[in-house]
Amino acid sequence: MPVPDSPDRGSLRRWFRLLPVVPSILLLVLFMLAPVAWSFYASFTDAALSGRAALNPQWIGLDNYVRMLTDSVFPLSAWLTVVFVGASAILGQNALGLVIALLMTKSGGATASLVGTAVVAAWVLPEIVAAFAAYAYFSQDGTLNQLLGMFGVHGANWLYAFPLAAIILANVWRGTAFSMLVYRAALSQVPRDVSEAALMDGARGWQRLAFITLPIIRGSIATNLMLITLQTLAVFTLIWVMTAGGPSNASTTLPVLAYQEAFKLGDIGYGTAIASVLILIGMVFGTVYVRLFRRVNP
Amino acid sequence: MTSLRRGPRLSERRPTAVAGGRPRVRFAANAALAVIGLCFVLPLGWLLLASVDPHAGYQTRWPQSPSLANFAAVLTPDLLFQPLVNSFLLSAGTAVVNLAAAVLAAYPLSRYQSRFNKPFLYAILFGTSLPVTAIMVPVYGLFVQLQLLDSMPATIFFMATTTLPMAIWMTKNFMDSVPLELEEAAWMDGASGLATLRRIVVPLMRQGLGVVFIFVFIQAWGNFFVPFILLLSTAKQPAAVSVFSFFGQHGAIAYGELAAFSILYSVPVLILYTVVARGSGSAFALSGAMKG
Repeated sequence: MPVPDSPDRGSLRRWFRLLPVVPSILLLVLFMLAPVAWSFYASFTDAALSGRAALNPQWIGLDNYVRMLTDSVFPLSAWLTVVFVGASAILGQNALGLVIALLMTKSGGATASLVGTAVVAAWVLPEIVAAFAAYAYFSQDGTLNQLLGMFGVHGANWLYAFPLAAIILANVWRGTAFSMLVYRAALSQVPRDVSEAALMDGARGWQRLAFITLPIIRGSIATNLMLITLQTLAVFTLIWVMTAGGPSNASTTLPVLAYQEAFKLGDIGYGTAIASVLILIGMVFGTVYVRLFRRVNP
Repeated sequence: MTSLRRGPRLSERRPTAVAGGRPRVRFAANAALAVIGLCFVLPLGWLLLASVDPHAGYQTRWPQSPSLANFAAVLTPDLLFQPLVNSFLLSAGTAVVNLAAAVLAAYPLSRYQSRFNKPFLYAILFGTSLPVTAIMVPVYGLFVQLQLLDSMPATIFFMATTTLPMAIWMTKNFMDSVPLELEEAAWMDGASGLATLRRIVVPLMRQGLGVVFIFVFIQAWGNFFVPFILLLSTAKQPAAVSVFSFFGQHGAIAYGELAAFSILYSVPVLILYTVVARGSGSAFALSGAMKG
């Protein structure tokens, strides 16, 4: 840092130096903070997409939140969201990503890069294209049922009979690449002599994994879990294209429910209430994430 | 298709790669990976086959009379070019706004010690975790109030903001690795902070900035939900939204054209990703995003 000035001129200069941060702060306040604040405000009103309540929303206190608890769809939707995030992110993407990364340390380089490309392709594709591909795959006469047919199995109409399972599998397919990349990077940091020393001591493969490798990369595991949970919590397009939340709300996660209430049914007040709940969940996770980060990088 | 050439190079560099392991372990690992890879490719098979099949449905099959008719059919200004131009304007605009704001913000955060830095960076990190889909309902409300619906610039600024926390974070990390000495010399010569930023720091971190730019561009290009909610007129809609024109008004879906269009729309991001992955390895991009 250059020469220190007299106290008051110095502090003025320090503030002046922070000036370049202002455009970012303006953008964040206008397009992120304001919508969040407006969301909390509107969730206490009967704001609507059209009609009298669109022009002049009334304050209705906690009515929207009371409705959430008494309504039968919201608890179902919250539960579906928990299952969706738990099964597709925490179990599916996380575990599969780790398995692929571990296998890649044992496999040949050509296989690793080919498979890596296949996994990443599903992730880089535009979300709408990935959603169409997943829809075609699980549809009545789609690829999955054709494959099952080759083994003499008559497959179900997956999108209607098992919509939640279909979107969970589709999201594992779509998102595993992120975990795989995180774990490949993490595993490449594991010092080789540590696991070789354990090998000398006669530790078996799974013992080395459980007691040496995983503890070393636990920081990456925690970070990865946080990030994929947040990403999966926000998944909308995949579900909307594949099942539109149906049939009869059997795959309506909270983002889909918020969309339906706000835009299909025109109830902005109730839609923002659901959105506010999602934002709050995001904030809780964000707080944990920041704390986790501060512990790892003091 | 994408980063075929990246893998071997990476594994050579990797200290843990127990050079292939024992043959039997290696064979088992290769076989398991091959099965997993096949599962990941399968859903894309339909897309590729249907695109060259003029009579495609949702079934995956070898086309009886393969042709490029589907591609020819979508190569029209209304169906393909206008939406792609819109996608490009939206994504490039988002990436430019994003990068400009991020570089400016990252400079003081990276170069000057201040009590403001840490809280701001933690707030930024916190901001990366807000679920964007959840904000869309209130953003729509806000856009209606401010009469910004169906405005391309407003949509660009909003999309830039949603990726801004991640971009600032990455840019600051890349900037931290640019050595201070050169700048100090420039300061001695009386150059102002912003002049040094423009003439010394930015050129030195070209590669990192390229990664951030492409990162943001890919996300904006693939984004469906935001333009779907905020852009109403067909003339402004990007390819992600206009793709629904293949779902005819009478319930007839042009599957083959849908697949062909999807492929043409995906190619740019596949290329861009390959550029980033080959140039520097996606581990490099991730390290910008994840380290402290």
